Amino acid sequence: MSKYSVIGKRVRRVDGTEKVTGSAKYTFDIVLPSMLYGKILRSPHPHAKILNIDTSRAEKLIGVKGVVTGKDTLGHKQGIWRRFSELCDEEILCRTKVRYIGDPVAAVAAIDEDTAEEALDLIDVEYEPLPAVFDPLEAIKEGAPQIHEGVELNINVNRHIEWGDVDEAFKKCDHIREDQFKCSSQAHVCMETHCAAASFGYDGKLTVWTSTQSSYYIQALLAGMLGLREGDIRVIKPYTGGGFGGKFELDSAQFCASVLSMKLCRPVKIVLSREEEFTATKRRTPMYYYVRLGAKKDGTLLAKEVRVITEGGAYTGMGATALYLTGFFSSFPYKYPNYRYDGYRVYTNTAPTSAMRGFGAPQATFVGESQLDMLAEDLGIDPIEIRRKNGMTPNYEVPGQAYIQSCGLHQCLDKIEEQIKQRGKLPPNHGIGIAAYGFMSGGIFNWFDTPYAFSSALVKVNIDGKVDLFTGACEIGQGSDTTLSMICAEELGVHLEDIRIHSGDTGICPVDLGAWGSRETLMNGNAVKMAAADAKRQLLEFAAAKLGVNIVYDLDIKDHWVHLVDRPERGLSYFDVVKGAIRGKDGEAIMGRGHYTPHRKGMISPAYSFGVQAAELEVDTETGKVKLVNVTTAHESGTVINPIGIEGQLEGAIMMAGGYGFCEDQPMDEGKILNPSFADYKLIRSLDMPETKILEIDTYEPEGPFGAKEAGEGLTNPTAGAIANAVYKAVGVRINDLPITPEKVLKALKAKEQQKK
Amino acid sequence: MKKELRLTVNGQPYELYIKPKTLLVEVLRNELGLTGTKRGCNESACGACTVVLNGMAVRSCSILALQANGGEVVTIEGLANGTVLHPLQKAFLDYGAFQCGFCTAGMLMSAKALLDENPEPTKEQIKEGIDGNLCRCTGYNSIIRAISAVAKGEYKEAK
Repeated sequence: MSKYSVIGKRVRRVDGTEKVTGSAKYTFDIVLPSMLYGKILRSPHPHAKILNIDTSRAEKLIGVKGVVTGKDTLGHKQGIWRRFSELCDEEILCRTKVRYIGDPVAAVAAIDEDTAEEALDLIDVEYEPLPAVFDPLEAIKEGAPQIHEGVELNINVNRHIEWGDVDEAFKKCDHIREDQFKCSSQAHVCMETHCAAASFGYDGKLTVWTSTQSSYYIQALLAGMLGLREGDIRVIKPYTGGGFGGKFELDSAQFCASVLSMKLCRPVKIVLSREEEFTATKRRTPMYYYVRLGAKKDGTLLAKEVRVITEGGAYTGMGATALYLTGFFSSFPYKYPNYRYDGYRVYTNTAPTSAMRGFGAPQATFVGESQLDMLAEDLGIDPIEIRRKNGMTPNYEVPGQAYIQSCGLHQCLDKIEEQIKQRGKLPPNHGIGIAAYGFMSGGIFNWFDTPYAFSSALVKVNIDGKVDLFTGACEIGQGSDTTLSMICAEELGVHLEDIRIHSGDTGICPVDLGAWGSRETLMNGNAVKMAAADAKRQLLEFAAAKLGVNIVYDLDIKDHWVHLVDRPERGLSYFDVVKGAIRGKDGEAIMGRGHYTPHRKGMISPAYSFGVQAAELEVDTETGKVKLVNVTTAHESGTVINPIGIEGQLEGAIMMAGGYGFCEDQPMDEGKILNPSFADYKLIRSLDMPETKILEIDTYEPEGPFGAKEAGEGLTNPTAGAIANAVYKAVGVRINDLPITPEKVLKALKAKEQQKK
Repeated sequence: MKKELRLTVNGQPYELYIKPKTLLVEVLRNELGLTGTKRGCNESACGACTVVLNGMAVRSCSILALQANGGEVVTIEGLANGTVLHPLQKAFLDYGAFQCGFCTAGMLMSAKALLDENPEPTKEQIKEGIDGNLCRCTGYNSIIRAISAVAKGEYKEAK
């Protein structure tokens, strides 16, 4: 029997009933008295000077209540890398220059959306088009158009990571491979588009309801941009229709709705259209990779050198973090004694690129796992074997970078090997490719420069034993409300039904940095556990006095029973203890406080998850089409708190990462995204979804709450690489640039045929 | 010039005056306040706005409200029987067939229409039944498992 009474159980989500009955309210559903509807005018040019904006005709349209441009702002530039002012480069409402097709130049508030839309056509913007550049390899050249003033060669940021002696190590290698890869873009495709309702009152206070992954970031960034104090801004996150990395920066809906509301002292709501969502929100970072990989004859990896140029698009966003993480995760999940990474993020006149689920690691894993299979084949070594030989193990230090405590990679490899053997001989044109991966459980970096703990939580125990849990953690669909409630219930010894969680509202919740970097389970989980333990301690103080126990006994609470750990039959009802404890505290409800910031855990993350995935697919040699048949994943994320949650994360990741592997892309022409609709943006639908199998590997992470670590983004890392390797196994062609489309497969098959001749 | 619209929604008859170009989803959400039905694209491609009209799953963003004149609409708000959840709702909860929940109303209404028409669909038929409904969170398989469970009678006593 499990030693836990709540965690690890297959429970219904705490937000479930509301979501299946249609009663869950999203920002999209919010209607406020006297609310206006806003629309945003966006640049049709990839790069242009704004000479003049005349809003007079729009303002005269009946039903229009206000128009704002960059002149109505303080002219500040914002960015999520607040520590570095040069990386705060986005005005949102452009004053003098636009840098991509979709850059906002004005916003309108009107009595309804149709009127606001109509008014956009009446705003006259005089542009002077400037030469533009779209490819980072061109933008980095001498003489390319300069996108941001003073930024030489359009280099937005560069990152260097190095350990060991790479050059010396390459001399000792028996075999060296040099390869190039190209990783494509991808849209987040949240079902709820970016949206916000902002209400600024005559009291000088602003309330913003918004679909976000971090209420705190939006509060802090809005304060800077609007010249308000953080405390005068309340950001409320109702239910959020997906995020996937696309919703934790300040966006045009939030900012424009706020600026309009402040001008008009009326609530203004802006919902981006699906087309805006595709063209004018941030997206996955495209990357050019050059990789040199060296090994001994026996497959021991000695050195790796990685050079990356990423397409930054017009602004920094979280793209600088993606640049860093793609460099770090290019070493994963192997023990490279010598490693060097140089990455450059280059501005281009395209929609800005930033965070998306996996945060640079899916790119790194596609590249790394493709090349490792190529190297293994060169050396005549089995793909599983080479991974086993070099894979990370528990208590491993990535030199100067990170400490890996728990690591179940080898158990995952064993399981996947077993599965592949069981599958036996495959039908023609079928192939199974594998990819190993790892990911972080929240980032240690603090480029946002927050003075707060990374996560915090409050637990209030009421007189009837019911518990209010307050946390800034953001439920965006990933299940954090459920997971955190489970952690709280387990620690406090109550039932899940006893917990009512209040999350993502800066007005009532203590700060948490939000749902990104797979941080909520470990980081906020630790804060919640600490807060619950604090509340429990106060209850146990009373219980100990009441029971008159010998000081040598420990007390605990489980299943509403406050008892002596070593003599569980001796105890008191939780409900009686709560009543007594509150009386004893002069009527004050029991309040527990908790917080978490990682210390002494290296530079990246306090803990890492690991896994191995095997993708079986079929290639149609006539059409070049790839069909995923089965994706089996051996995954370890420490103690499983919420099993249904993990299954959902894994299967959902396969849909998203499989799409990244063979169908999702954002082709452009002169900076214009050519497929900004569901008719043209291809993603995996139910008929294309493969069978999925999960093999959960048991590990325990000492740094995590009850031994848990991340299970969100890491699962998006392996699939594109596994697909590339499977295509090679199936039909013998190696595709080094994503996505692996029918055209690319056919072209490669033809080239292979011709080579034979 | 506004036109008269008579519509029964979740068993409740309504008489409204609307602009002829008003979409069914706009009537449901804006006029009747039934915000459980979502909009994800406005181009009839994501299925978030799916409701059941005269027994058929339709995209309420792509039909005019007046085209539904005289019709009977069931939305997500009408799926449960009072406070008793529909078997599909229970199965979605037990199988974790949703995460962010934004596609869920449309998904459930497609599933309802499918099972009403074909109570014992094969797995392939279930996949086809929800192929017009986009979900970015779940990867569909949990949704398929939930619908299968209902089809196999796992929630029979609850009906």
